[in-house]
Amino acid sequence: MIEISPRFFRHSPSLLARTAFFVILSLLLMALDSRFRYLGGVREIFSVIVYPLQKLAHVPVSMYDAASELFQHSEIAEENAHLKQQHLVDKGQLLRLRALEAENNQLRKLLNATQRIKNKAMVAEILHVPHDPFNRKVLLDKGSMSGIEAGQAVVDDIGVVGQVTRNYPLASEVTLLTDRDHSVPVQVVRNGLRSIISGTGREGVLELRYMAINTDIQEGDALVTSGIDGVYPPGLPVAVVSQIDRNPNYIFARITCTPASGVNQNQQLLILSTPAPRAGTPAEATKMKSRQEARRQ
Amino acid sequence: MTLANSPRHEILMPVKGWFIMLSLIVALLLNLIPLTGTARALQPDFVALVMLYWYVNEPQRVGIGMAFWMGLLMDLSNASTFGQHALGYSVMAFMALVFNRRMGIFDGYKQAPQIGLVLLSGQIVTLLAALFAGSPFPGWNFFLGSIVGMLLWPLLSAILRAPQKLWSASDAR
Repeated sequence: MIEISPRFFRHSPSLLARTAFFVILSLLLMALDSRFRYLGGVREIFSVIVYPLQKLAHVPVSMYDAASELFQHSEIAEENAHLKQQHLVDKGQLLRLRALEAENNQLRKLLNATQRIKNKAMVAEILHVPHDPFNRKVLLDKGSMSGIEAGQAVVDDIGVVGQVTRNYPLASEVTLLTDRDHSVPVQVVRNGLRSIISGTGREGVLELRYMAINTDIQEGDALVTSGIDGVYPPGLPVAVVSQIDRNPNYIFARITCTPASGVNQNQQLLILSTPAPRAGTPAEATKMKSRQEARRQ
Repeated sequence: MTLANSPRHEILMPVKGWFIMLSLIVALLLNLIPLTGTARALQPDFVALVMLYWYVNEPQRVGIGMAFWMGLLMDLSNASTFGQHALGYSVMAFMALVFNRRMGIFDGYKQAPQIGLVLLSGQIVTLLAALFAGSPFPGWNFFLGSIVGMLLWPLLSAILRAPQKLWSASDAR
């Protein structure tokens, strides 16, 4: 077909049609990303484009830090003295801890229990705190090039912060404890009660769900990781119970907690690498197997 | 700086493609600046503002695809669901393109409330999508950014028009 209309009169698809195309495409992407998680590769490519910009946007902050360090000599001297003192105290405690660890290993050997796994840790800096009210995440400046893997636990000096959920070549995404649907298995320090703590999507609010009204739990109870998930090492502080609402009309109590760690306070976080737990065969199963083999022979 | 100039009362050189790109990159950079507390709640969406400027003033040069791609970049840098910002930006682009004839007869100050409405409706679309996906309502200060963006509009459009004026002036000589 010969084109007779001049260029000027040629029409592209109407504005409404173009908008509808892109709207449907975005809805499709949202469904693909949130329901099926197909877009890992695409995300990785985009992240490499965005990374230099994020680094650049972070420059004023690091410059401010450097400048304020220059002007705070007296404070630094004071801090240094304080840290030296703290170091001595910590060292004493560390020596005791080593002795206890050795004793613990000995006892565990005697009891034939599995050895506790030692964790390697890596320090990473918060690159960007996203301006998105719908999810609680932060971006760290270390990625798969530095050996960060999805699934690793992230802590600060007080307690658990969250978990690495996506890793890009140069950065990684950490889902915070307070993120909606992020759950951590915990234990009450006072009585060893096990439960699962979940985020609510609101800042600074965690929830213990499905606990009966008569559960032995009090306001002010400290919660630590129980370690049964194999992701978080056991014994890390997670949250403190802040409010308990025991309404007899409901089966479960409403237990609200505040997270122990604060992401807003510090710039550096620690990424713990837990070696993947080997799925050991239970004793019964091996017995059954050997019995079956014996029968065959 | 004269903020109250109506864009259609003067004939300007057509804007250069690289300048549109540069302005968007700078806007993305401004969005990525790490802020805390009140400043963070008040931070407007600079990418949306700059995009709207180009949709209102140079509708022939920019298509809706640009809004979509910038939205994807924003999604990634914000670690949000892929397509969340892209959806909001596409709707904003549509509204700006529909209204761009009307916007042309107003100056920066009178455009601002309309831009505010466009920004708000973009945010509402994003909010609805997130609510359907099961997120809780983020609180009313979610909308503060749009209001700050609206107040910044006259200043922003003056800044973005300045280089074009310079080029036009040097050409006339």
